[in-house]
Amino acid sequence: MTFARKRVAGFAAVAVAAALVLTGCADTGSGSGDAGSGSGDGGGSDNLSITFLPKNLGNPYFDTSSEGGKTAVDEFGGTFAEVGPAEATPDAQVSYINTATQQAVGALVVSANDPKAICDALNEARDAGVKVVTFDSDTNPECRDVFINQADSEGIAKVQVDQVAEQIGGAGEIAVLSASANATNQNAWIELMKEYVASEYPDITIVETVYGDDDDQTSFDKTAALLQSHPELKGIISPTTVGIAAAARYLSTSDYKGQVALTGLGTPNQMREYVEDGTVTSFALWNPADLGYLSAFAAKALVEGEITGEEGDTFEAGELGEYTVGADGVVLLGDPFVFDADNIGEFDF
Amino acid sequence: MTTTASTRVIRDYDRSLWRRIIVNREFAIIALLVLVVIVATVSIRGFAQPITVNYLLLDVAPILLIALPMTLVMITGEIDLSVGSMVGLASVVTGVLTEAGAPFEVAALAALTVGVVGGAFNGFLVTVVGLPSLAVTIGTLALFRGLAVGLLGTTAVTDFPETWTALAKAKIAGTTIPYIVIPFLILLAVFAVVLHFTPFGRGIYAIGLSKDAARFSGVDVERTKFILFVLSGVVAAFAGIFYTLRFGSARGDNATGLELQVIAAVVLGGVSVFGGRGHLHGVVAAVLLIGVLGSGLRLAGVTSDVINIITGGLLIFSVVAASVLAWAQRLRSKAGPPFRVAASPAP
Repeated sequence: MTFARKRVAGFAAVAVAAALVLTGCADTGSGSGDAGSGSGDGGGSDNLSITFLPKNLGNPYFDTSSEGGKTAVDEFGGTFAEVGPAEATPDAQVSYINTATQQAVGALVVSANDPKAICDALNEARDAGVKVVTFDSDTNPECRDVFINQADSEGIAKVQVDQVAEQIGGAGEIAVLSASANATNQNAWIELMKEYVASEYPDITIVETVYGDDDDQTSFDKTAALLQSHPELKGIISPTTVGIAAAARYLSTSDYKGQVALTGLGTPNQMREYVEDGTVTSFALWNPADLGYLSAFAAKALVEGEITGEEGDTFEAGELGEYTVGADGVVLLGDPFVFDADNIGEFDF
Repeated sequence: MTTTASTRVIRDYDRSLWRRIIVNREFAIIALLVLVVIVATVSIRGFAQPITVNYLLLDVAPILLIALPMTLVMITGEIDLSVGSMVGLASVVTGVLTEAGAPFEVAALAALTVGVVGGAFNGFLVTVVGLPSLAVTIGTLALFRGLAVGLLGTTAVTDFPETWTALAKAKIAGTTIPYIVIPFLILLAVFAVVLHFTPFGRGIYAIGLSKDAARFSGVDVERTKFILFVLSGVVAAFAGIFYTLRFGSARGDNATGLELQVIAAVVLGGVSVFGGRGHLHGVVAAVLLIGVLGSGLRLAGVTSDVINIITGGLLIFSVVAASVLAWAQRLRSKAGPPFRVAASPAP
């Protein structure tokens, strides 16, 4: 009857729609795209359309790095775009990588939400001629051309110890407020700090390492306990952004303010008030704008065939000067950036 | 055709074709899908190429799969909000067992079992205890997600057999269509036959129209609903296994929010949230429509929040349009029996 007929018609219409959707895949479908249309030697020559894909949008850190990227792309006359998911999950990133593949962009600059989950999508993009640069968070090395590393462990350990040493006059007791006891990167840095202190500052002793579990309240309590149990303590290093902010909050309202030095890894927005009120003299991180800037120039160098990601390749990165690709296609941004009262006003992340 | 819905059959045959298309939700969605595909093909650079089909279908596959049982659940007037969390839980179960050294097939089977158990739990609370499914599945949404995140913490399992991950993304020879389409089409056929050509399916419509009337005409309301919740759970688990393989990553937060995408597609596809009305072909077209819109707009450089606004606006518009049309219908057929207002052009 009519009901049945309508239903058949409905299914038929779906089939027609599906057929229409699939017509694109019957032919070779060169599409109406220009953009090098993925033919020839890796996406055509000098396709300087560069798409940034941060972990998520609306994150001040990545807003800053994308600004740096845009500055660089404008300098060398390419086309800049930034896309990304609202949530920092790998599955959400995959569809953006796929879209970039369809668009046949020149290069994709990605901060990976997962080292492996986005691998296949990135390799599909590379097969289609898109150059892939990772920055901030790497993927497995076989899924990208180069990785722009913001800082190496030695540099991170050194800059924190040097700062605390300078602030306490090169002698005395210091302690470390870390994230969690099994945080791989934290433990590696602390190990290097101990070695560096032992070799460079014989008069400084690291008396204790405590763990705030990257939780604000726990870190706050551990800071209080640390100062109770070590009356002679002269400095604290906290190589975690959560820890340094909590420790600064404790110190700023305590009698130890200005008496006990605090440094570590933090962000300007978290630490601004504590630098301004004198609780903290200086702390370190890296400059995300420089990271984005360098990533964009690395993408340009890949697109133009100046580098391939081989160890020893060199390329020019505008104002930042010349860089060399290290082992496994890693490019190191440089020494960590030290924030203090003089420069903190220039940053917003 | 003697359906229990016969009291509400729209007398389609005395309307012109264009009126039928305007008034009928399914046709409207299918027409819109065709239109959007044509517009995107013509106007968006990079859309008209084979790989688009591959990415599009891989992206919407979990939603397509889960929308099938969800359509049936919603036609009975119930809802299952726990499907997104079940995808995550199945993903985590697959991952944890694989990591512990179980063969992948065993891990996948365990994940499907979890789907059955989770679905049965929902079904039990709704049918035996008699709680409203909205409340129950909001609860299990949190429960399943909590279990998923609790089992894996913030880590991810990424070590799956290459054969399986390759299969999840494999293309049917000579095309760019992914293999996942095959199980989907089989499930679609099964669900379509069950819904439209069996007493069980007629019972589903009957329950949505009037639970009491269905009961009087011999439909086992509780049993029907229970079975549908189990199906919903097990299909969500299957989608979870596919999801895990596609991204090669089992995570506790996988597919967060997927349930809303599924329900949006089901409602857009013409299923009434009051129950009693809806067809699978409309829902399938709606899922593809949302997928094509997303894919096309992303290619055109539109940001994800604007895409959400557009798909949300489309959904609201379609529901409002349907209600307005139904109201106009009732006005015109002055002597219409006093039906409960549903998003359908009642006589």
